[in-house]
Amino acid sequence: MNIDKKITEDLVANDISFVTTVPCKQLAGVIAEIDAHDAIFHIPSNKEHEGMGLCAGAFMGGKRPAIIMQNTAIGVTINTLATLIQYYRMPLPMLISYRGELREPIACQVEMAVHTKALLAQMHIPTYHFHHQQDVAELDAILKYTFMCNKPVAILTDANFWGGYGDQ
Amino acid sequence: MIRSEILKEIAPILRDQLVVCNIGIPSQELHAIDDQPTNFYMLGTMGLASSIGLGLALAQPKPVIVIDGDGSILTNLGTLPTIANNVADNYILLIIDNGSYGSTGDQPTYAGQKTSLAKMAEAAGCERVIECQAEETGRVLQEALDARQMTIIVSKCESGNAKMPPITMDPVVIRDRFMKAVQA
Repeated sequence: MNIDKKITEDLVANDISFVTTVPCKQLAGVIAEIDAHDAIFHIPSNKEHEGMGLCAGAFMGGKRPAIIMQNTAIGVTINTLATLIQYYRMPLPMLISYRGELREPIACQVEMAVHTKALLAQMHIPTYHFHHQQDVAELDAILKYTFMCNKPVAILTDANFWGGYGDQ
Repeated sequence: MIRSEILKEIAPILRDQLVVCNIGIPSQELHAIDDQPTNFYMLGTMGLASSIGLGLALAQPKPVIVIDGDGSILTNLGTLPTIANNVADNYILLIIDNGSYGSTGDQPTYAGQKTSLAKMAEAAGCERVIECQAEETGRVLQEALDARQMTIIVSKCESGNAKMPPITMDPVVIRDRFMKAVQA
């Protein structure tokens, strides 16, 4: 199974046509798939809160948005999640590279990893953690759930899910 | 001229357009001067008016006018390259540049000192950037609408705020009536 293609197909099948991204090495493949797909307008962001603003506008314009980013972004976007996405009740699937988990080679990434789930729980954001490749089977249901309840929803995807870091 | 005087003057131009308005006193002023369902008021989230407006302009064909401030743009400077590289000809960013953080007590911003937001927008790659004086804002804004070309307007005005009540409308109501106006 090519998980980059599977994720992109699930986004398209759920009518998600506006995707903003802030890159991560783990997400490079899925970002490339999204960029190449005709049914998705891909707009890279310079900072994740900017990306959430773009998604809020696209949603109000009638498109279903999504954001793809690293978990470090949770530290950047707490205010935007609380005062824009949650306050105005907007749906936002967040496909998040969960850096700093098992098989992580960079120690500093662990520093935000240990706060990630606590911050998401504090924000009352529904959170799913993909650890094995087969966990991606739930993505379609998670996307439907997100647009049913008009909430931001986090999908944490760790190194084990993506197949590790190779030789690093 | 201060921002509220500009807003009063351009209210007839804004009335029929989709408007995304910056957090704080700018939204309070616009709401008090001419509340419309086509206005999206930001109640929080400093800096994101230009990004919300760009997402909206890219998602649908109606013109979108963003009323932003110099302090707000400085908070989210990454917005300028994103705007420049994702051209939406239905997008007008009106930066009311009074050189101060108006909602927090008129502390000076760098845009009122050495920094030129118009030059930064140009350097970011924005192709139609117009800096004007406050009194010219209405004319420049109407020309931008008529041009149907993505435009960044930097309107230089004096610092100061009109005393207006806070917006008490529920955010979900603001969002819902705005989305209905977008679809109308």
